[in-house]
Amino acid sequence: MSNCGSSIRFTINGRQCVVQTPPMKRLLDVLREDLHLTGTKEGCGEGECGSCSVRMNGELVNSCLVPVLQAEGATIQTVEGLAVDGRLHPLQQAFLHRGGAQCGICTPGMLMAGAQLLSINPHPTMGEIREGLAGNLCRCTGFMRIFESVMAAAAQDYAPSTARAADAR
Amino acid sequence: MRGNAEAHEMVAPGSLAAVLKLLADAPGEWTPIAGGTELMVAHAAGRLAPQKLVSLWGIPELRFIKTGTESISIGAGATFRDLRARADIAAELPLLAKAAGWIGSIANQSRATVGGNLVNGSPAADSSPALLAYDAEIELISTRGSRRISYSSFHTGYKRNVLAPDELLFAVHMPLRFARHRKYLRKVGTRRAMAISKVAMAATALVEDGVIGEIRVAAASLAAFPARLCQVESALLGQPIDARTMEIARRALLAEVKPIDDIRSTAEYRKRVAANLLEEFLNELRAEAPAK
Repeated sequence: MSNCGSSIRFTINGRQCVVQTPPMKRLLDVLREDLHLTGTKEGCGEGECGSCSVRMNGELVNSCLVPVLQAEGATIQTVEGLAVDGRLHPLQQAFLHRGGAQCGICTPGMLMAGAQLLSINPHPTMGEIREGLAGNLCRCTGFMRIFESVMAAAAQDYAPSTARAADAR
Repeated sequence: MRGNAEAHEMVAPGSLAAVLKLLADAPGEWTPIAGGTELMVAHAAGRLAPQKLVSLWGIPELRFIKTGTESISIGAGATFRDLRARADIAAELPLLAKAAGWIGSIANQSRATVGGNLVNGSPAADSSPALLAYDAEIELISTRGSRRISYSSFHTGYKRNVLAPDELLFAVHMPLRFARHRKYLRKVGTRRAMAISKVAMAATALVEDGVIGEIRVAAASLAAFPARLCQVESALLGQPIDARTMEIARRALLAEVKPIDDIRSTAEYRKRVAANLLEEFLNELRAEAPAK
């Protein structure tokens, strides 16, 4: 049996596609190398950091731990699928205006974990946000602005925190 | 070294019968892979030895949770997110519901399965202490038929178990006779999420007329595999919960557990924390049912 000749079909960001790939190839590598969807990042490569988070069949998964054969028939959403017709997703707007992104490596994973959380819990508490994003590591922001960005996205209130601070004075 | 995807064969037969036939036709040749949260990590590090993998992901006959009057049966392919989504698990098996929330992150819980956690057999497995405290039974299946054994006799050594080469773990059966028991579960790790346990302990006990009538104490990360602490249980059974019993139980625990030094902790720390967890549980028991 050939190890490198499987045709695997799935729907990605609303588009059906077929890839010819070894079945054990990581979904992460198929996204980046075969489909050129490089928004999904590799951090640790062992399911600890969440940089490669995508949504598969309505669940958040680490794409570095998914052998692509197990994505056969799946519906997958990556960070490229968040904006619709050039309009940013509320999470993207909030991260932009509230300082939720710095170097950017963790950002796609944070956005996907946030999107998963808001899809099942549109108005999470800060504790629920912390749990929802607990598998996503950021080495720049200290996390608070990320958590605040998710809160802001839920409220669709994107005014930058500096403006809010000025208002408060 | 990074693993090479082309070095591995992988098939997804799609049904339980087809997987069992594959295993029966070539016993020991195929390694089952469910959500991949363990094997794909080994693969990434270039240390995944098995060349032939058979996928269990998406097989409907393995992914179920069925509630009966005397037990809840959980298919080996149920994920920890599946467990957390169920109100009956939260109500009837609170220790298991809590342990499910310990598994890595949401993304890990979406993929990690109950069967994978047990068959992988990590000494630190998060679901194991709760299953042992609830006296879970497990069902193994092959083309030869199925058999049920106590989960407490499943692990036989470090990452070793009683599965025959042609067998799969099919389901975990959780008896529902612990409603009146006092329950305890605590994990000690480096942080609240994404931490592998330094020590974890689960316990269930029934106190009647001031003495311990029934008790199960189980732990992870204190031996080569998750296990009940039988000497601790013997020291407590039939005893009133007083200072003397607690001291005897503490000594029994320190004599019984065999933790190791590793990257996550030291044997000495693990012993001391385990003894403190036992004491915490016994103090809760004593507060609820003081000795006469």
